[in-house]
Amino acid sequence: MLTNVWLVLLFPLLGFLWCLVFGRLWPRLSGWVASLAIGAAFAASVSVLVGLLALVPGDRVRVGTLYTWIGSGAVTVPLGILVDPLSTVMILIVTGVSFVIHVYALGYMAGDPGYGRFFAYLNLFVLAMVLLVLAGNFLVLMVGWAGVGLCSYLLIAFWFERPEAAAAGVKAFVVNAIGDAGLILAAALILTTFKTLDYVTVFQEAPRLLTPGGGTVTAITLLLLVAAVAKSAQLPLYVWLPDAMAGPTPVSALIHAATMVTAGVYLIARAAPLFTLAPLTMGIIAWIGAITALFAATIGLVKPNIKRVLAYSTVSQIGYMFLAVGIGGFAAGIFHLMTHAFFKALLFLAAGAVIHALGGEEDMRRMGGLRAHLPAAYWTFLAAALAIAGFPGFAGFFSKDEIITLAFTARTGSAALGVIALVTAGLTAVYMFRVFFLTFHGKPRLDPQAVEHLHRPGAVMVVPLIVLGVLSVVGGYVQFPGEGFGDFLLPAFTFFGVQPVVVYGLNGGIAAASSLVALAGIGIAWLVWQKYPTTPEALGRALAPVHAALLNDYGVDALYGLVVVGAVRGLGVLCARVVDGLVLNGIVDGVGTAVRGLSAGVAHLESGYVRTYAVAILAGVIVILAFLVRGGL
Amino acid sequence: MGLIIFGILAVVAVAGAMGMVFARNAVYSALCLVVTFLCIALLYLSLSADFLAVVQVIVYAGAIMVLFLFVITLLNPSRAETPDRLRGQGWVAGILALVLLAEIGAAVASGLLRALPSPTPPAVSWSINNAQVVGAALYSQFLFPFEVVSLLLLVAIIGATVLAKRRL
Amino acid sequence: MLAPLSDYLILSALLFTIGIFGFLYRKNPLIMFMSIELMLNAANLTFVAFGRYLGQVSGQVMVFFILTIAAAEVVVGLAIIVAIFRARASIDVDEIHLLRD
Repeated sequence: MLTNVWLVLLFPLLGFLWCLVFGRLWPRLSGWVASLAIGAAFAASVSVLVGLLALVPGDRVRVGTLYTWIGSGAVTVPLGILVDPLSTVMILIVTGVSFVIHVYALGYMAGDPGYGRFFAYLNLFVLAMVLLVLAGNFLVLMVGWAGVGLCSYLLIAFWFERPEAAAAGVKAFVVNAIGDAGLILAAALILTTFKTLDYVTVFQEAPRLLTPGGGTVTAITLLLLVAAVAKSAQLPLYVWLPDAMAGPTPVSALIHAATMVTAGVYLIARAAPLFTLAPLTMGIIAWIGAITALFAATIGLVKPNIKRVLAYSTVSQIGYMFLAVGIGGFAAGIFHLMTHAFFKALLFLAAGAVIHALGGEEDMRRMGGLRAHLPAAYWTFLAAALAIAGFPGFAGFFSKDEIITLAFTARTGSAALGVIALVTAGLTAVYMFRVFFLTFHGKPRLDPQAVEHLHRPGAVMVVPLIVLGVLSVVGGYVQFPGEGFGDFLLPAFTFFGVQPVVVYGLNGGIAAASSLVALAGIGIAWLVWQKYPTTPEALGRALAPVHAALLNDYGVDALYGLVVVGAVRGLGVLCARVVDGLVLNGIVDGVGTAVRGLSAGVAHLESGYVRTYAVAILAGVIVILAFLVRGGL
Repeated sequence: MGLIIFGILAVVAVAGAMGMVFARNAVYSALCLVVTFLCIALLYLSLSADFLAVVQVIVYAGAIMVLFLFVITLLNPSRAETPDRLRGQGWVAGILALVLLAEIGAAVASGLLRALPSPTPPAVSWSINNAQVVGAALYSQFLFPFEVVSLLLLVAIIGATVLAKRRL
Repeated sequence: MLAPLSDYLILSALLFTIGIFGFLYRKNPLIMFMSIELMLNAANLTFVAFGRYLGQVSGQVMVFFILTIAAAEVVVGLAIIVAIFRARASIDVDEIHLLRD
């Protein structure tokens, strides 16, 4: 059963190749082929899970090799994979959610001229993501990492004729390049320290070869953190994610909510044996996560574009995951990763249904009262919103709760972190229900044209919504009753001697507090945006500077544009004007001018005047005579 | 006694040379050069080269300079010289000439005198029948060059005739 | 009647130098030609002086040849000068510069 894991890689590859060849010829068929490929991959993942469960918990770490990729002297890198509970969970999430979104996209992207291309890219993405997750060494990880980065770029800039889409794609790629640099440097350090890039060897040797808290391990983990921060859009490298919403909504759902952006969290969890040896880095991770969560949540309160709010929401929720793994709760982080995949994908898909129905409208100021028109979207969105807000009983409640509990109770946590997490939970409820009320309730502010052409989503789009809606509700229960999920994941860490920080059962006090905060948040949202709709305006005027700051992301983008882009552009101008224009051109032109000057000078010798020639002859005679006289005749 | 004569002849020769160089009128130049030639002929005499002295007067002063005067008058001698278009030529010429003079002077002062067997000239027996001695040398030791030179004269005559024709 | 050899050498050097200067300084081709004759004469003087002081007649023979060749040279040279400058308005050797690059 375990050998089916290769099928998880093979099916998306086949789907990609099919769409590459036949995508333009038979677009609709290719869409189905692509979706089926992912469905088959999901089935294979399930069989892998079954196979894994058949093994004894302590034995559930297996390595497989396709062939030896690089064999040069002392360093051999195989194309190897690692199958353990962590990677199995990840491939289940990736292929499962991808499958659902593929089906949704069959309807959403219908009529788009790039239909076949879209599914080719989607399948390629799944392939790269699965490769990233299944990798058995750091080099294969980098292949997958780069692959998802590429697909992210291709898909963000899918409608490349739109300048903002092309720009967003480039921005994503460039910011992720910073992360890639960190990853490469980290791999280089690992290679020099361990003489190998293989996970199993590195993780088993880590306690022996690295001094805990020492310089080397801190450097390695900090570099890995850079990569994670870039890919997972945390402070300070989050700027690409809001702009990435220029891509089609299925892309936003799959890549920028459920899967790719979680790769950073996965990386930290996978390299836990290294991270646990660097408490400094772990602390930084926790604080980055907390502050990012709070930061992004505040911005979500004011943005008018529905997808942007969801993007900032993603940034905020991944902050929670970072907070969890930073404290050492690796299992908790992955748990929240899973539930977040469900409800965030659902939120995006439901929003996509709204956008699709309104013919492309994304501004919430021109929505409202859509409950009547789009019931399927309404109910599923509500389910997801309740989940993310942490409403008791829904999936998000359990996962977020676990993180908040860890923050307050774990030895590596702190009250400050816990408070931030709690406050952010409240803000999450507020902004999410802000979206809910603005979009589906209230007096319609719709464009009359849009209302006329409003078309409801077809079954192809509705069924995925329902599936995800169900998961958003029940998904949390894998953890709650016994400690199923966390226990399942544990062997992946204990195999290498890492003991994740775990919380057992529900902490009553914190559960109550978070439920209260969630309800309060929903209530505030109802009051401000539903009951007294003029309040936002008034508040905005009263707190104008705050409002402006939030609307402008606290000026972070502008700061980057000024400092980073400005510096690079300045360097470019310098090179173009000074280095190229003055120096290089000067040298080249100078050579020409020198030659011309020299030849002009020499031309005097050939003036045609007899007397000049005579002078030259005389000068030569004098020189020769001088030699003769000096040398003694 | 000999020194005084030499001195006078030297001064006049140099004066003539300078006159030739700096005279504005080409005819005056030619005449100054004739003076110089005559002085040189007298200097030959002082060096016991009688035959050569006479030949110098006949050929140089008598034939060559006459030829020069013919051409000068043929090419309109009264035309004034236009200003020199080569700037600085005069200075360059002067400096180079002085440098050359200095070099030759250095050569004379340094090594030549030492190569000489004695500062006093030997008594020569051919001062009386100089023509005979020169002729004997010409027809014995230097016969071949002598014949070649006569051929050269023929070539010169033919060449000059061809060159000066208006239409070939 | 004889001055020291070095006096003759210095005199001929002086005449030679004046001849060189004249050749470089004047533009009239005839004057330039005359300067050349002056240079040749200076060389002749040197030959005769050395011949006298070494007791050989070959010095005078050399002068004989130089004289002859100088005559031939003058003939041909003047013919050329006449051929070039006969039809021109001015006698200026700087106007013959067609061999320039």
